[in-house]
Amino acid sequence: MACAMPSTRMSAEASLAGATEVLRLAGLSVSFATVAGSVSAAEEVNLRVVRGECLGVVGESGAGKSVSFLAFLGLLPPNARVAGSAQFCGAELLGAGVRALDRLRGAAIGMVFQDPMTSLTPHLAVGEQIAEVIVRHRALPWAAARERAEALLRRVQVTDPARRMRQYPHELSGGMRQRVMIAIALACEPKLLIADEPTTSLDVTIQAQILALLAQLKREEGMAMVLITHDLGAVAGVADRVAVMRGGRVIETGTVGVILKDPREAYTRALIDSAPRLDPEPVTPRDAKPERPLALALTGVSMEFPVATRGFGRAARLSALSNVSFELHAGESLGVVGESGCGKSTLARAALQLLKPTSGRVVWMGAALGELAAGQLRALRKDLQIIFQDPLGSLDPRLIVAEIVAEPLRVHARELTPDARAGEVAAALARVGLPARLAGRYPHELSGGECQRVGIARAMILKPRLLVCDEPVSALDTPTQQQIVALLADLKRESGLTLVFVSHNLALVRRLCERVLVLYLGRMMELAPAGALYARPLHPYTRELLAAVPIPDPDLQPARLARALPGEPPSPLNPPSGCIYRTRCPHALAVCREQVPAWERAAEAHRVACHLWREL
Amino acid sequence: MSEALAAARGGRWRAAGRRLAAGTATRVAMVVLALITLLALVGPFFSPWQFDQLDWQHLALPPGRLAAHWFGTDRLGRDLFVRTLYGVRVSLLISVLATLVSLVIGVAWGAVAGFAGGRTDGWMMRFVDVLYSLPYLFIVIILTTLFQRGSIRVLLVAIGAVGWLTTARIVRGETLALKRREFIEAARALGVSPAGILVRHIVPNLLGPVAVYATLTIPQMIIFEGFLSFLGLGVQEPKASLGNLINVGAQEMQSAPWMLLTPAAFLVMLLICLNLLGDGLRDALDPHER
Repeated sequence: MACAMPSTRMSAEASLAGATEVLRLAGLSVSFATVAGSVSAAEEVNLRVVRGECLGVVGESGAGKSVSFLAFLGLLPPNARVAGSAQFCGAELLGAGVRALDRLRGAAIGMVFQDPMTSLTPHLAVGEQIAEVIVRHRALPWAAARERAEALLRRVQVTDPARRMRQYPHELSGGMRQRVMIAIALACEPKLLIADEPTTSLDVTIQAQILALLAQLKREEGMAMVLITHDLGAVAGVADRVAVMRGGRVIETGTVGVILKDPREAYTRALIDSAPRLDPEPVTPRDAKPERPLALALTGVSMEFPVATRGFGRAARLSALSNVSFELHAGESLGVVGESGCGKSTLARAALQLLKPTSGRVVWMGAALGELAAGQLRALRKDLQIIFQDPLGSLDPRLIVAEIVAEPLRVHARELTPDARAGEVAAALARVGLPARLAGRYPHELSGGECQRVGIARAMILKPRLLVCDEPVSALDTPTQQQIVALLADLKRESGLTLVFVSHNLALVRRLCERVLVLYLGRMMELAPAGALYARPLHPYTRELLAAVPIPDPDLQPARLARALPGEPPSPLNPPSGCIYRTRCPHALAVCREQVPAWERAAEAHRVACHLWREL
Repeated sequence: MSEALAAARGGRWRAAGRRLAAGTATRVAMVVLALITLLALVGPFFSPWQFDQLDWQHLALPPGRLAAHWFGTDRLGRDLFVRTLYGVRVSLLISVLATLVSLVIGVAWGAVAGFAGGRTDGWMMRFVDVLYSLPYLFIVIILTTLFQRGSIRVLLVAIGAVGWLTTARIVRGETLALKRREFIEAARALGVSPAGILVRHIVPNLLGPVAVYATLTIPQMIIFEGFLSFLGLGVQEPKASLGNLINVGAQEMQSAPWMLLTPAAFLVMLLICLNLLGDGLRDALDPHER
């Protein structure tokens, strides 16, 4: 009887709010029946979203964010058990029939998922895919639906929508695909848009564009929105309220200002602290001993790939890297930053001779790597190691962790006895913070962060002198990213590694690197000590990259998003004349069209390729 | 520690084995297959007759009439029980060995071509194309007439020589896909030699699809051998294989149907079981199920 009072008050409140309340999850619990018994994925989740509001749902992977909303949409696999209540505009969705749900999904409720490539049908032109949703839910004739689809593409700021209508998903960039997904979600003017990690697989610049688009749509269409993400920076620019989830429970909700500035929970505080920041506190250049020996030198390195053209035409040459030069002293760390397709991964591979540069020289400790015999180069690989972007894909699926980590020893330290090798492996695993019990596991049994630690252990077991990291954390969620970066920083400090760290996010590079090289379409734009680069970037592109980094500050982030750099890099097959960046540069002048800017020395150790760096 | 690792090492195959045994159809197929093989190996010892021994008292005897001839006899009075089991033995032997031959050649050829890439790949695969384009029956006929007709060794070479072409193509395709995976690049970055990468990273990752392909190839080989024997190019009388038993049986279909039905029943059972096993293996090794 005691509980009658609050429950009547609740229902009164619900009916009052009923007019505007779009989504309500009440006591929602989800568990999965597995061979090992029942596994709880979400417990007692209570959330509500009203019209015109954006709720940000944040937490690490496995916190139950996606699961809760998939349960709401009735999209969980058959072994899931759902209890509680999930209402859409006052109607209960749990236990609703498939047909009732189908009428809502894609119509009144729009959805955007993380991977736009797998969410689009590969063999249908994108225009058809958008029109299909309209035909299905609105019963419009195809011609009218296609017209509306084109209008939608324009609405989500797709360039040249008439042509895009006829293109297939693989012909579009990741950012364009995500815009198409948003257009599909908007096709029937939904009351609620659920975006599940919509920007995680994208570059920072494109992330900012997509987030800005979502913020604008929310403002102009007045629909309710749920933004599920592990990135607090994404939430800061778009969400009105934030719910923090951990271990399947909502541990804290509040307005974005309260949560991000004055959180109650220590966990939220830790999440905020783990988000990348830009305030100038870069790595102090290590002991300013002037005479550190030259370790790695690239001189005029260029890389071209032949590209098949249609018909019998001559193969075109795609210039992935053009005339890149830098010198790196022993123990120094260099960040290489740019958008996808800027040649940063090619640079990482060229430096290690995993790809042979078309021209230019790579010199490591006085030896020109390109002139070595294959056997000599293999022997030298002991000192030159790399960590890859895809933590799982870079590990052989048929080997267990211990074998993967032991592989370098089998190649370069054959004299070791099996026992000594096992000892080395155990030490390497301990060094990267992996428990010994994981040694017998296969890669697919590990989390992304654990896989990446295995990759690091494999790279570090021979105590290399150069470590190249190719986007080592972009596949991981923010807290794990920070752990991996911290681990790399530790390893670097202890072993005096020379480090090349490739990333699309300037904020990640800041913690690790003393110098930063900014690439655009395979050309060097700016090379500077980290302190100078973050405090006073000279190249307009560097400024845009800095502006695109999502920061968890609800006061600044909306304005930063509104200024997001428009457009995407032009095709490297047909690069612009003069300054290659001019097509996206807000300051471009006539001279930029005509002349390639010189690689000028702006200050000691600070170089830039821009006609206008003095004026800006 | 090393014992635990060794245990985990076999874990993948053991787990696949458990999944394989979990399917009812697959389990039945494995049991039936084992029974037929066992019967083919030891069955003839329990009969007083030899495969080429004539029983003049009982010509074309239907099955079930006489305890001495369980499956009856053929027109020459030879015991069909012994002849059928003998035929199963020959057919299984030829098909399994021919599959092994084609796997060894095909995997080596395809993996090297796919991994080497470029011009080497081009020439190696053109060679396969040329062999493909020759009418294989023609090759077999030439081989069997040049050498001893009906010799099992010549049959093996003939069937294996044709079979490895498809294996090589499949393996090359898989290798091309594997080669682009990041763990292969990781191995190169570690300084593993090309041969080391091939042996340690490419071939083990090919085993799954190849094992599936092999179980589906054995039935094809049985059919092919049967076809050759049916044409009179395969195993020769008085030796028996399922193919030439069916060939002879087909001629007597109206007067003595059991001469066709007995070997045909064994052939059908073998084919169904091997195909079921292949399907089960494919499911058990499917990476999405892991």
